Amino acid sequence: MKKSVAFTLLVASLALLAGCPSKPKTQPDQQQTPTTSSNTSGLDTSPVTSDETAIQGPSGELLSQRIVYFDFDRAEIRADSQSVVTAHAAFLSKNAGVKVRLEGHADERGSREYNIGLGERRAQALRRALLLQGVAEAQLSTVSYGEERPASAGSDEQAYSQNRRVEIVYLK
Amino acid sequence: MNRRMKKLVSLMISLAALAGTLPAQAQLRLTISSGVTDPIPIAVVPFARAVPADGGVDVASIIQKDLESTGRFKGMDRRDMINTPTTFAAVDAASWKQMRNDYVVVGRVTSLPDGRVKVEADLVNALTGVHMDSPNSTAQPDNLRMAAHRVADALHQKMLGVPGAFATKIAYISVDGRPPNQKYELYVADSDGASRKRIGSSNLPLMSPAWSPNGEWLAYVSFERRTSAVFVQEVRTGRKILVSARAGINGAPTYSRDGKKLALTLSGSNGNLDLYLLDLGSQQLTRLTDDPGIDTEASFDDKGNVYFTSDRSGSPQIYRLTPGSADRPKRVTFTGSYNARPRISPDGKQLAMLTLADGAYRIAIQDLASNNLTVLSKGRQEESPSFAPNGAMLIFAGRERGQGVLQTVSTDGLTTGRLDADAGEVREPIWGPYLP
Repeated sequence: MKKSVAFTLLVASLALLAGCPSKPKTQPDQQQTPTTSSNTSGLDTSPVTSDETAIQGPSGELLSQRIVYFDFDRAEIRADSQSVVTAHAAFLSKNAGVKVRLEGHADERGSREYNIGLGERRAQALRRALLLQGVAEAQLSTVSYGEERPASAGSDEQAYSQNRRVEIVYLK
Repeated sequence: MNRRMKKLVSLMISLAALAGTLPAQAQLRLTISSGVTDPIPIAVVPFARAVPADGGVDVASIIQKDLESTGRFKGMDRRDMINTPTTFAAVDAASWKQMRNDYVVVGRVTSLPDGRVKVEADLVNALTGVHMDSPNSTAQPDNLRMAAHRVADALHQKMLGVPGAFATKIAYISVDGRPPNQKYELYVADSDGASRKRIGSSNLPLMSPAWSPNGEWLAYVSFERRTSAVFVQEVRTGRKILVSARAGINGAPTYSRDGKKLALTLSGSNGNLDLYLLDLGSQQLTRLTDDPGIDTEASFDDKGNVYFTSDRSGSPQIYRLTPGSADRPKRVTFTGSYNARPRISPDGKQLAMLTLADGAYRIAIQDLASNNLTVLSKGRQEESPSFAPNGAMLIFAGRERGQGVLQTVSTDGLTTGRLDADAGEVREPIWGPYLP
């Protein structure tokens, strides 16, 4: 696949640069390998994997619940979601080979890019909760869609409460 | 139907006719929601045509519609015109004054030997008979509309002291379908909604488009790889380059005013959003902020300062920093509990933003000398303000009947307009620079 070749090249170029402590060579032709970095002061520049596809995942009363909801402008996991989070944490720590992607979302109010931040905060809150309960870092990835992928259309509290969420997506 | 209504209807009909020449999908229609109470009466007389080189484009109608779209002019109905001069010498100012016009515009489209077409206009003060200006513009025949817009920009400048922002393009995101099955598209169109062109499409979100200062590139965020990534794309050729797909968030791209750098929001895998500056030539990345809060939505002013949204104080507010300086970012907004998505006017004197006012998300403008904040819009859920290159207008996203629409407001708050799409939701409009 063409795409994966390009991606491999990207990963390779990142790997090369990661091993290089000094400034990268200036590349006047910005068309070629634009994704490089230096002087990132602590920013994790590990390449992202994008070829993981969602699967059905485990079943069971709590494990089949894959959505954690949040209050307005908050990123704390509510008491009514703790049992679901605990169930997924237990399953993931027992199955170290299983990976999940935590997809954070916000309701539509306010600025779009700020809402990307809010969605990320929620995904990170769930990530930390899972890590605390024994899940390995390598099993978890996060993405924030902000307000861009609502679960429910509509501009009322009913829709908003459905949209402020983190979805737990099991990956192949 | 009164005359004004008739005119509006005929305007819509002429735009619909124009739309007929484009692919049969969602079109944009420009309407004026409210203008000044005492618009300037002007007669834009049909121009002498260059048949067949002009392709039937009605240059006078484009100019009249441009001027009317500001809400500050009222064009005379053609059907009321007794004669239709096309040169200054043929204009009898007194007769146009008698028909209550302050100004008369006459003009000609001519074919040049090299195949291009030329638009020439004469602006006449109907009250004094004085010949005020004779703007002209040359273009390839398929770009005749842009030449008409450039002439309208010059006429606007002569009459109001500021150029128009008609010879420009806008870009925006269009979304179709119901959640969770939505299709996201990135479009470019002329400032009047004509000549729409789709430049990107994805089943996963596209967001945050930003123009390069020369109007040739767009930077934007795409989730097509499932995670966020920032791309830049050349509008004319469609050539697309991935510039950032780092772990975590890659968002909120904005070009520096020299076009050489891109400010970005990156989070790394620990999810802490901070601002970075990416040099597009050397690919060097420089960190601009380091704060546990959300720092995002950078916007450059004319001096290279960066304005951005941060909730380091607890709620989103606008801050300013100077790249390379050791000074801590300074908070700029103090009115209200939610101020986000800053954009700085071309002259660096005004800050446009999204503000929470009276329980509604609205577009506001803050004078950076006095720090006075004025709310300009009246809806419930508005966002994404973007300055026109003349600094006199803003385009932003609003909602009507649950659907996203594009709206305009003048920075003095006196006039408003709308660009309606006939299908799907449109949002995140950005106003591009003047085109050469």
